[in-house]
Amino acid sequence: MAKAKKESDSAVLDAACAPEWTEILKQMIFIRRFEEATEREFRKGKIGGYLHVYIGQEAVASGIVGALQKGDAVFCGYRDHAQALSLGSDPNRVMAELFGKGTGVSKGKGGSMHLFDVEHGLYGGYGIVGGHLTLAAGAAYAKRYQGSDSVVVCYFGDGAMNIGSFHEAMNMAGLWGHQGMCPIVFVIENNGYAMGTSVERHSALTDLAARVRAYDIAGEKVDGQDIFAVRGVADRVVRQVRETGKPYCIEAVTYRFSGHGAADILQPYRTKEEVEQHRHRDPINILRKRLGEVCGLTDDDVKAMDEWAIERAANAVKFAEESSQPAPDELFADVVAEHGPRPVSEDERE
Amino acid sequence: MEWCAPPARLWGMGGAPEARTTPSRENEMSEKSYRDAIRDAMMEEMDRDANVLIMGEDIGVYEGTFRITAGMLKKYGPKRVLDTPIAEAGMVGTAVGMAMLGLRPIVEMMTMNFAIVAADQILNHAAKVRYFSGGQVDVPMVVRGPQGAGVQLSAQHSQSFESFYAHFPGIHVVAPATPADAKGLLKTAIRGNDPVIFLESAALYGMKGEVPDDPNFTVPFGQSRVAREGKDVTIVSFSRMLQLSLAVAAKLASDEGIECEVIDLRTLRPLDMDPVYASVTKTHRAVVVQEQWKPFGVAAEIAANITETVFDELDAPVARVTGEDVPMPYARNLELLATPHEPEIERAVRKVLYKT
Ligand SMILES: Cc1ncc(C[n+]2csc(CCOP(=O)(O)OP(=O)(O)O)c2C)c(N)n1
Repeated sequence: MAKAKKESDSAVLDAACAPEWTEILKQMIFIRRFEEATEREFRKGKIGGYLHVYIGQEAVASGIVGALQKGDAVFCGYRDHAQALSLGSDPNRVMAELFGKGTGVSKGKGGSMHLFDVEHGLYGGYGIVGGHLTLAAGAAYAKRYQGSDSVVVCYFGDGAMNIGSFHEAMNMAGLWGHQGMCPIVFVIENNGYAMGTSVERHSALTDLAARVRAYDIAGEKVDGQDIFAVRGVADRVVRQVRETGKPYCIEAVTYRFSGHGAADILQPYRTKEEVEQHRHRDPINILRKRLGEVCGLTDDDVKAMDEWAIERAANAVKFAEESSQPAPDELFADVVAEHGPRPVSEDERE
Repeated sequence: MEWCAPPARLWGMGGAPEARTTPSRENEMSEKSYRDAIRDAMMEEMDRDANVLIMGEDIGVYEGTFRITAGMLKKYGPKRVLDTPIAEAGMVGTAVGMAMLGLRPIVEMMTMNFAIVAADQILNHAAKVRYFSGGQVDVPMVVRGPQGAGVQLSAQHSQSFESFYAHFPGIHVVAPATPADAKGLLKTAIRGNDPVIFLESAALYGMKGEVPDDPNFTVPFGQSRVAREGKDVTIVSFSRMLQLSLAVAAKLASDEGIECEVIDLRTLRPLDMDPVYASVTKTHRAVVVQEQWKPFGVAAEIAANITETVFDELDAPVARVTGEDVPMPYARNLELLATPHEPEIERAVRKVLYKT
């Protein structure tokens, strides 16, 4: 695991940890190629509903997840493919979910916006902006209540900070944090826009990290395009939250290169030039360049990774395509529990 | 930026001009989409009364995710076309306050699914203020937006809310099935003095129909309409399911000579049952069609009213056609099973006719 330097926020890249970073680069390239494949399949009509991709924001999820360990739980919004993939979900099953197939991570019942993979720590993608923040705070309480040292990570967009549940979740997390009962890392994926509304037009205070201080939660900004910066902060913050049980908020300043969703084609709220300018800070290129400088990663190495990523994404599409639809009686399964009351074990008794 | 200009003309409070006199276009009709009919209604009312304004998420610069508000920011400026943060409770709550002071806000929900976030503001505030103030204040406002199943929008984005809202006294609940009704009912909603929940069918936005040009054309609340006459079976419906019911009625008439009378409820609160009773008295059989889940739904209310009032006229129990009682699944095959379609309506008609 790459170590965060104590004195600096940025994670260290040296020869010793180069293999790990090379793996991370490979994962980010794969997430990019996977997302591109989802956009193509959406246009072909193979994927339905709403599709929100993570292109441009990869360093956030990949940077945060690197600081997590088994048992930690993740909650996020509908822009959730990268969250699942970075946590280690099977890409075949993620793609199958988007195709609405029975082999999907949520059995084809959730789709793009509602990926769940509890085995890998993903407690869901949610479609109502901000609705999951309270769930995540409750999950963090549960972790401590159960005597675990796990943490919860809750991702959300800049736009989610304007809805009531944000404020309710933050205040309760802040309060519970006083007792060390809320080990949660809130991660603002500040990509500059809530659909077609820029941060300046939707938030009275544009310093988003500062807004959580009103709830006695420490917050800080990080360059969300630079995975070393994200990872450095994440390593320190996750460790601290794990130790103290107090919430913390990271504002990752990032940018989405694609539209808000697959239907957002015209994008009247921003110029092509603006998008181009941000493409110069492509998180994949930033990591790739550093790996080239420090450990001699070559263009050929990257090309090999990219070819692998393209093929892996194509395989996921193939798997999804060949999987069967959910059986018709799945319609009525999972509405309410079909199993009886759970017995209380000896160590759960008061 | 373009959206900043031209600046909105600022009316003083209470200084709104009276209705413009417009050349008489009383009998003229134009073909319009349901979407354009809704926009026309809002723009005509904004032209007529400076107290009318609209707010919502991405309705201005972005011109609406369903393009209902296209061109409105440009025409009326940012004081009357307010882009809001993602804050449904905030939008509705501030609209209630504006309405109490005499403005006539329209709140656009990106979809009605998000209005649940504002349920407290709608149900505990908008719906109560007139009553518990002993009638001291009007709350003239409209909460409008699309609802219903789309294509694979999954459990949180496919819901219908007519019975949810219609359960509560103190608000009106409207669900138009045609472009003309969309326009006429929305104008009534904007001109009225009470909170209105205006439920648009997302799937009907592109549907075209004849709409009166007359800027004073309105459709009153509480007047159900006979959308097709028939003598054999009464089909009661509203919104998109009304269109499906009409299609079934046409098919059964031409294929088998079964004549269904189709009734469009148009508004669920107030609910006008008289045309339904008259029809059942003629046909003696009724089918109620709704997209929403069956338990505690509009169809249950209609069926109960029929039994309470014209029980002796019935030759068969009232049949209900509804969505399946499950959260909406994402997979297309399951989604098709979860939502009602023409064959289910046809089956229900046969059932009340004891023809299998
Ligand atoms: C309560 C609610 N209101 C509106 C929407 C429609 N909507 C979906 S995503 C979105 C923008 C969210 O922006 P942000 O939170 O910044 O996240 P991003 O999409 O940029 O990742 C909106 C308005 C919704 N899903 N839920």
